[in-house]
Amino acid sequence: MAILSQEEAKRLIDKVLSYSKADEMKVELNGGRTGNIRFARNSVSTAGATNNLTVSVTAVLGKRIGTSDINEFDEASLEKAVRRAEEMARLAPENPEYMPMPGPQTYTSPQAFVETTAGMKAPDRARLAGASIKSIMASQLSGAGFLDDSATFNAIGNSKGLFGYHKSTNANFSLTIRTPDGTGSGYAAGDFNDVSKLKTGALTDIAIQKARASQKAVALEPGKYTVILEPLAAGELIQFMMRAMDARTADEGRSFLSKKGGGTRLGEKLLDERVTIYSDPTDSQVPSSPFSGDGYPYEKVVWFDKGVVKNMSYSPYWAKQKGVKPLPEPSGFVMEGGTQSLADMIKGTEKGILVTRFWYTRWLDPQTLLYTGLTRDGTFYIDNGQIKHPIKNFRFNESPVIMLNNLEAIGIPERTRGCMVPPLRIRDFTFSSLSDAV
Amino acid sequence: MKRRDFVKLSGLGLGATMLPAGLIAGNRISAEELLNPGLDVTVKKRLADVALNASKSKGATYADVRIGRYLRQYLFTRENKVQNIVNSESYGIGIRVIANGTWGFASTNTMTPESIAECAVMAVDMAKANAEIQREPVVLAPQKGVGEKTWKTPIKKNAFEIPVKEKIDLLMDVNGAALKNGASFVTSNLFFVNEQKYFASTDGSYIDQDVHRMWPTFTVSAVNRQTGRFKSRDALSAPIGMGYEYLSDNPAEKIVIPNGPTVYRYAYNMIEDATAAALQAKEKLSAKSVPAGKYDMILDPSNLGLTIHESVGHPLELDRVLGYEANLAGTSFATMEKLQSKNFQYGSKIVNLVADKIQPNTMGLVGYDDEGVPCKKWDLVRNGILVNFQATRDQVHLLGETESQGCSFAESWDSVQFQRMPNVSLQPSEGKYSINDMIRDTEKGIYILGRGSSSIDQQRYNFQFSGQLFYEIKEGKIVGMLDDVAYQSNTQEFWNSCARICDKDDYRLFGTFFDGKGQPGQASAVSHGCPTTRFNGVNVINTGRKI
Repeated sequence: MAILSQEEAKRLIDKVLSYSKADEMKVELNGGRTGNIRFARNSVSTAGATNNLTVSVTAVLGKRIGTSDINEFDEASLEKAVRRAEEMARLAPENPEYMPMPGPQTYTSPQAFVETTAGMKAPDRARLAGASIKSIMASQLSGAGFLDDSATFNAIGNSKGLFGYHKSTNANFSLTIRTPDGTGSGYAAGDFNDVSKLKTGALTDIAIQKARASQKAVALEPGKYTVILEPLAAGELIQFMMRAMDARTADEGRSFLSKKGGGTRLGEKLLDERVTIYSDPTDSQVPSSPFSGDGYPYEKVVWFDKGVVKNMSYSPYWAKQKGVKPLPEPSGFVMEGGTQSLADMIKGTEKGILVTRFWYTRWLDPQTLLYTGLTRDGTFYIDNGQIKHPIKNFRFNESPVIMLNNLEAIGIPERTRGCMVPPLRIRDFTFSSLSDAV
Repeated sequence: MKRRDFVKLSGLGLGATMLPAGLIAGNRISAEELLNPGLDVTVKKRLADVALNASKSKGATYADVRIGRYLRQYLFTRENKVQNIVNSESYGIGIRVIANGTWGFASTNTMTPESIAECAVMAVDMAKANAEIQREPVVLAPQKGVGEKTWKTPIKKNAFEIPVKEKIDLLMDVNGAALKNGASFVTSNLFFVNEQKYFASTDGSYIDQDVHRMWPTFTVSAVNRQTGRFKSRDALSAPIGMGYEYLSDNPAEKIVIPNGPTVYRYAYNMIEDATAAALQAKEKLSAKSVPAGKYDMILDPSNLGLTIHESVGHPLELDRVLGYEANLAGTSFATMEKLQSKNFQYGSKIVNLVADKIQPNTMGLVGYDDEGVPCKKWDLVRNGILVNFQATRDQVHLLGETESQGCSFAESWDSVQFQRMPNVSLQPSEGKYSINDMIRDTEKGIYILGRGSSSIDQQRYNFQFSGQLFYEIKEGKIVGMLDDVAYQSNTQEFWNSCARICDKDDYRLFGTFFDGKGQPGQASAVSHGCPTTRFNGVNVINTGRKI
């Protein structure tokens, strides 16, 4: 079994640490299993499964660091991994930015592990994929999809007495359904820690509906439009902003959070006052690891509070330089929402465009967080509160910072790719060209 | 996914701490251990036979085995600091079988005969379980066994034999040169990969291959605190299928553009390029913001390579054309009907694009693909007409062909092989024609170098590319630097606007080290060759914004 219990993990880490002759030592355990099935053209294409458990040993001598990994767990192999990490540290160049390891920490206890998900096997995946394929075929459409699930754990310990343990399960399903003539395409996706919450049938129905409804799309002129971004689309752009919260980059003058003349925009109101974004490993809908790779705790952190930049992430080194507490960058986020459903938001839109998802989103300018990408798999024109007709896909050139200033309405958040994101209605969203892609 | 993460990493000039875990797959080891020889070929054959026999005895009608040892050395620095040195080894066996007309795959890193036999049984069981929902039984193009073969990338200097200290000294010199010339910040990296791959199949092939590639790169940033503006310039190097010899100074492998930059062919002077990059990053801070409109675009191979990759390489992957990648990468505008019509004008008449897995110095160069097919070269677009796709053994019959083109690849022993792009390259023009000739012949144009932002739709029609360096051309001369440039076009329109291609003396390689595809995502490395090329009347947008 690749998932060790907290006690087993602690015992193994303590044993490895007992071999240490280094100034400082860190031991990490990562293990678990993953499984997946892939289908296309309404038939299974490939599948796979992995099982893995690795011990990573990091030895520190002064400011020299060496890391070695091993998949064997007998005493001789573990001691060999320790000696090898120490030897590698001896030969490594000094890292002037090395910071001493943290001592014991208090971590929260996110509930991210669900036995049902952990017990998923190849026939379970085949059954879920098979049922989805059956619905698609009954609709005389063509589907391609991917289901993957995992049960993993990670544990960390160091020579200063720090210890952390976390285990989690995940199940993800996504599918793209196309009409046989290639003029319509619909997409749906879901991800949960608990596979029983993953409604593959309902997701299949949504993708079928979108595939049919997106046929015979009409071309609109590129330009600035009011858009409703479904959570998947909104989340894609916001996540780029959330990955750019690093304080050092901002202090160095090369971030959207850098200030003209020096300094950062911490404390400035940068977004619409309805925008509050935080991360919280104990959030019941998107639980995540309570500690970072170097053992610092993830706690609830508000990054944007009513549009104001409230926090930036600090590496241990940069935190020391600035005299603040280290703050790891968030691994996911929760954006607070409103009370409107997506349907309510459509009803309240005089003229606009509904976007299912974005595709191939890439940065253009890190200074303004300008991104480009395209709409995909279900883009519709809204007129007088109703979806009128499908439209051809657009390329957009837009910044999440500009977008979150042009906010008109916020809906109820949904889980998408491990984050909680509401649907958003945005005015003046910039579409720069048309695409013929379906 | 992996590439996307990486692009983010390099684009923002961030350090090794942000490196996605997937890029350092395997166990971290010492630099010396990278030179261990690994298993003897006779042992590999014996273990492979265990897997093949176990698969057959459980009812597989076909099986192949890949015993892989993947060695990587990555070095990361910023300014005067070494941030990280990663030496890693990933070692194990992947077994792929066909049972009941369905693929099954399993892998293990426990290299005992018992574990391997067990793994083979798992693969067969998975194939049988999935056969229940199989509607298109696998049809495998015949491939005669090639017997026992060995193949090795023809490198001159194995990068793993060069002491780490020498590499760090080089990167410190690179960073020092950038800082001395006015850079505010600089990160520099070296990536070295050696794939030791042993393939065996029930067809009777036992192939031992030793594949090498490397990538030296950096990002130089210039910050103006007063204006709050910052600009960066990435290296103009190419990831390449060469040994450490690529990192040398050879005037014969250098082209100096009057009033413009210096570009490199098969020898790259990293310090010289970093020096130029610092000066150019500073110049970008005050460069003229481009007026949007139509321009004749002169694209250097360091820029056009990515456009070839995205607008030719990917759309001509047969699995995409057929819908196997519809859920992530997408499908393709280049449909089977367009191929069969034999008159689909992909590009102008001067456009000849080849797929080539036997081209020297490229990252796609191997002796055999990951299903034991000997590698070859074939036309994709001939005189502007679409003439072929890229395929694997289980899909090539859909093209009406009986022999695979050899496009199967898996990123590791623990991932299942599938169709991956071979080197796809634009052929040079026949007569003599240099970059200087091309600049001289251009009235109103923009000359772009380097890999920048890129985005293309899921059927590969609409694309937008940026770059690292943009020069304005007026009446046959480079007149200054531009900024905020991105070109937008439609694949067919773009390739049909191809007006002039330089000659073979200007032919250079571009490469992508972490090209992502598939679910779960897998990275592959591939090269694209071309000379500098001009495309007339391309739409340019201005990407400048204020927040």
